[in-house]
Amino acid sequence: MFPNAFRYEAPASLDEAIRLMTEHAYDAKVLAGGQSLLPMMKLRIAAPAVLIDLGGIGELKGWRETEEGLRIGALTRHADLERAAALYGRYPLLSRTARWIADPLVRNRGTIGGSLAHADPGSDWGTAMIALHAEVEAAGPEGSRRIPIDDFFVDTFVTSLQEGELVTAVHVPAPSGPVAARYMKLERKAGDFAIAGLAVHIVTDGDGRVAEAGIGICACGPVPLRAAKAEAALVGRPLTSDTIAEASRLVPEDAEPADDLRGSSDYKRDLLRVFALRALREIAEELEGRASIA
Amino acid sequence: MKIAVKVNGRLYESDVEPRTLLAYYLRETLNLTGTHIGCDTTSCGACTVLLDGEPVKSCTVLAVQANGREVMTVEGLEQNGQLHPVQSAFWEAHALQCGYCTPGMLMASYALLQDNPAPTEAEIREALSGNVCRCTGYVNIVKAVQLAARQLSGEGQEALQEVEAHGASSN
Amino acid sequence: MALRQTELRPLGKPVGRKEDPRLIRGKGRYVDDIMLPNMLHLCVVRSPYAHARIRRIDASAALAAPGVKLVLTGEDLAKMNLAWMPTLAGDRQMVLATDKVLFQYQEVAAVVAETRAQAEDAAQLIEVDYEPLPVVVDPFYALTPEAPILRDDKEKKSNLIFHWEAGDREETEAIFREAPVVVKQDVRFPRVHPSPLEPCGCVADYDTARSKLTFYVTSQAPHAHRTVLALVSGLPEHQIHVISPDVGGGFGNKVPVYPGYVCAIVASLKLGVPVKWIETRTENIASTHFARDYHMTAEIAAREDGKVLALRVKTVADHGAFDGAADPSKFPAGLFSIVSGSYDFKAAFVEVDGVHTNKPPGGVAYRCSFRVTEAAYLIERVMDVLAQRLKMDPAELRLRNFIRKEQFPYRSPTGWVYDSGDYEKTLRLALERIDYEELRKEQAERRARGEFMGIGISTFTEVVGAGPGHTFDILGLKMFDSAQIRVHPTGKVIARLGVRHQGQGHETTFAQIIAEELGLSVDDVLIEEGDTDTAPYGLGTYASRSTPTAGGAAALCARRIRQKARKIAAHLLEVGEDDVVWDGTAFSVQGLPGRSVTMKDVAFAAYTNVPEGLEPGLEASYYYDPPNLTFPNGAYIAVVDIDKGTGAVKVRRFLAVDDCGTVINPMIVDGQVHGGLTEGFAIAFMQDIPYDADGNCLAPNWMDYLVPTSLDTPHWETDRTVTPSPHHPIGAKGVGESPNVGSPAAFVNAVVDALSPLGVEHIDMPIYPWKVWSILRAHGVTE
Repeated sequence: MFPNAFRYEAPASLDEAIRLMTEHAYDAKVLAGGQSLLPMMKLRIAAPAVLIDLGGIGELKGWRETEEGLRIGALTRHADLERAAALYGRYPLLSRTARWIADPLVRNRGTIGGSLAHADPGSDWGTAMIALHAEVEAAGPEGSRRIPIDDFFVDTFVTSLQEGELVTAVHVPAPSGPVAARYMKLERKAGDFAIAGLAVHIVTDGDGRVAEAGIGICACGPVPLRAAKAEAALVGRPLTSDTIAEASRLVPEDAEPADDLRGSSDYKRDLLRVFALRALREIAEELEGRASIA
Repeated sequence: MKIAVKVNGRLYESDVEPRTLLAYYLRETLNLTGTHIGCDTTSCGACTVLLDGEPVKSCTVLAVQANGREVMTVEGLEQNGQLHPVQSAFWEAHALQCGYCTPGMLMASYALLQDNPAPTEAEIREALSGNVCRCTGYVNIVKAVQLAARQLSGEGQEALQEVEAHGASSN
Repeated sequence: MALRQTELRPLGKPVGRKEDPRLIRGKGRYVDDIMLPNMLHLCVVRSPYAHARIRRIDASAALAAPGVKLVLTGEDLAKMNLAWMPTLAGDRQMVLATDKVLFQYQEVAAVVAETRAQAEDAAQLIEVDYEPLPVVVDPFYALTPEAPILRDDKEKKSNLIFHWEAGDREETEAIFREAPVVVKQDVRFPRVHPSPLEPCGCVADYDTARSKLTFYVTSQAPHAHRTVLALVSGLPEHQIHVISPDVGGGFGNKVPVYPGYVCAIVASLKLGVPVKWIETRTENIASTHFARDYHMTAEIAAREDGKVLALRVKTVADHGAFDGAADPSKFPAGLFSIVSGSYDFKAAFVEVDGVHTNKPPGGVAYRCSFRVTEAAYLIERVMDVLAQRLKMDPAELRLRNFIRKEQFPYRSPTGWVYDSGDYEKTLRLALERIDYEELRKEQAERRARGEFMGIGISTFTEVVGAGPGHTFDILGLKMFDSAQIRVHPTGKVIARLGVRHQGQGHETTFAQIIAEELGLSVDDVLIEEGDTDTAPYGLGTYASRSTPTAGGAAALCARRIRQKARKIAAHLLEVGEDDVVWDGTAFSVQGLPGRSVTMKDVAFAAYTNVPEGLEPGLEASYYYDPPNLTFPNGAYIAVVDIDKGTGAVKVRRFLAVDDCGTVINPMIVDGQVHGGLTEGFAIAFMQDIPYDADGNCLAPNWMDYLVPTSLDTPHWETDRTVTPSPHHPIGAKGVGESPNVGSPAAFVNAVVDALSPLGVEHIDMPIYPWKVWSILRAHGVTE
């Protein structure tokens, strides 16, 4: 299967890319890793007249630590984050999420920025970024801005990016204390989109209380969602069997799953509860050695 | 659009339509038909090649994206008439039946062994999880990669004997 | 490890495959690798509706598009009397729809252009005006009086295609009336698809100067395809040259003739240049022939001690819009009446209603011998229901009811004559190897802890090798198969067979048979298949028939060569023919072991020094019509653990003990078993092609029709017993399909066994985690 014919543009700089996007507006699509866009073009679900390949823009690649945390360039590939041993300690959710995305071959091409901009409700990165309270950095003709992740996803395949704007990076705040994370996902087969998935990111304070809690919900709504009630129930409290059970009960309350071939909405809600239970228990166990947990 | 791509060590300059997928460029322009196509949804990995040394699904890469880069296909494994150990291991361990997934499996296995010379069974299964085989049930593919790993690390004969003692494919 | 190919007496040894050197170099030649000068590309336009009248087709924009050379519609084909073609089941199928479409993705038009991309571009420009009609998705609804009649082209105004019966109704019912125990279970075998990794495709190359059509096609049955094409097109059969090059898996998918093939041929005839059609994965799943889709109800009558008495089965078979089953003509429900399986039933009665719905045509024998998978799954599943009802161990129930070794040849209540088997030995080996008693102990401990672990047994019997020509034919063609062997002066052999492998390793295994019979090495024997200009006529490779039929032909053909060789050997040894003995590698003189000549010596003499009165040369052909089918069997055991939180099932262990008779190459047999188990696993746990109420296919690609990866697939353990077939020339039975036939029941039985403390007796495939979770939660089990 072949994509429809298109004009191919390979800008060498961000400015040039933005200029091309502005020029071609809705006729254009931006190509990052292409692991979602190219299959859609082959099936002719997407048929852009102009394809703007960001692959040549070096400034969009790679991650670096900043004063406030981590800046991950939009073209950083899933595989880069999966293998970034330097980030395992402070940002464990990144590699734990990356290894669940599609398959190793796709991960060698697919990028975090592309995944976020695609805004699939089953986006593993979207879910993880919610758990990490990340901000999306976007650049457009009006300059650069940062969009809190909760404001970024608008609807299925729709983001709050403006015309001519593209994702340039994602900013992950640095954890304030000991951190542990889990990404849990059930698939119908390896590499499938999630039946349901859950990203859990916990930072504790010196007393072993939860200082930061981030819980993202995958494939259970029009966009990746935040389990806000469960997060609120955890912050300021230690991870005990009671708080874990309570938070796990609350997670499904923020989900909006639909019945589909993958399962009923009840099933997906319950999966989220089970995942939360398992993730928080494992996190509690992991953090036990690093801070006292009641 | 004009592109220059190094494939299996040789530089090719071609004029391609931008929508040409790398897999079709290799197959139809360069006549390297060892790279196969099995699905339309980036699901099967039959088209796996190395792009700058990393395994990718060439049906989901545009030929123009390979401009200025290096591609290695199954045809590039054999050197000077010598099969690469991963090829001979697939033969020895009966890791192929219809052979359609084999080029992709070989490329993914080759890349894994470049990265990880002594992978565990779990690591092999993970590394090959983007490549579908409908014939072998993967048991002998895993064995072949283990065998190739040992041959590459210089334990050639010993590895052969050991796998022989355990049988090529039964348990 | 694979043996070298130069050893003598190779039968039964793990000889390395002769097909591999080209395949591991990427030098296989699959149909899409065929690129001919001036070749054009064809793209099929398909219906978005499952049932609709076609008001009008406007191809003008497509015809004007860049690179387009031809557009074909049903109307064009009708003018050539090619709008319809026969199916292998004796029905007929539209090549391109003329007045209405009967399933979503049905072929409506074909576009031929200079490149594939141009053909796809132009296909989008064809405007078809459809008037949607009421859709019939449910086969039970199809049989009701209110359902619209789908096939108004047929004389019989009914959606019922056939009603078929086997066994003795009265005797069966009499036993049921008196039986102390009766169990009944509805069992669905979902609609699945063979989905080989290489989709279907062809290159049609009509040479106008020679009036000859060369047709490259992904075919499991090239000779049958040639005959069908000759009948359909009117081209003389000897002017059609079918070449089935390397085939990237078939599993039954590449037995039928598909509309795209006919379109490519017509286009090549019209344009005088080669035309290639390679289907997409979506076209493969959503339009080529599916498999299974049986809605079965089984009842077993038994005594309280577990002895089974009678079996009653009623089935509704969804065949889709056209009956595209690849079944032999006398067997509209295939060999489904093998459903009494490995057990000694006094009586059985089986009936099947074949039904049309608005779905793609089928159902092919997907890695199975014509509906044997459905039958084996049903009986193995319902035997477990009986065991559960009687609170008996399922292994014990099976041992109590097996056809005993001394009962062979055994005539089943539906009329099959089983050739051989030792079911008890096979099951006992499996139980011992997996340590069944220990597993049951562990299960009891886990149950006490509230955990769900299951052990599933399947002791199936297959019936393969169609078949005896007196009973089996496809479109009248008797299902024998053939071999032709030529021994050249230096003792090197070219052998051609009427079958066509797709990964089974015939180039090696048939070389082993012939080398064994001729005292040569595998290296000396080149096997060729798939070229109708050179290979002898045969019905092809499916239904595990290659070894039972062509394998038999190969052995007997080689023995025919040996007969002549003996005469030449006598001449060389200067003794009478009666004094010559053959020891497997050479001829020698009885009582004089020092003097011998090898087949190579004989071969040279056959062209240089034949005795007077003997025809020179050393070649033979053999058309082997087997006296009976063969009955491979096995005992499979699955061990599963269920995740109470998610409902996910993990297959902890799986042991397959197969008895396929004489083993030609144990390495290849194990490989076949591994592959078949993987497909059985996929069917049990992840595969189904659902349709919505409008007849839309909900799994038309590999994102939703799930094929397992290395991460999903369990590790397989294998073992075997060997009970040769008494009637097969080398005692072999065939193995390619056993694991796919036998394994689904083992998986499902294991999951049901795990959940049996909750009172669960049956779960329909595919066992998605969601289904298991629903059962657990309905019984109050939660994490």
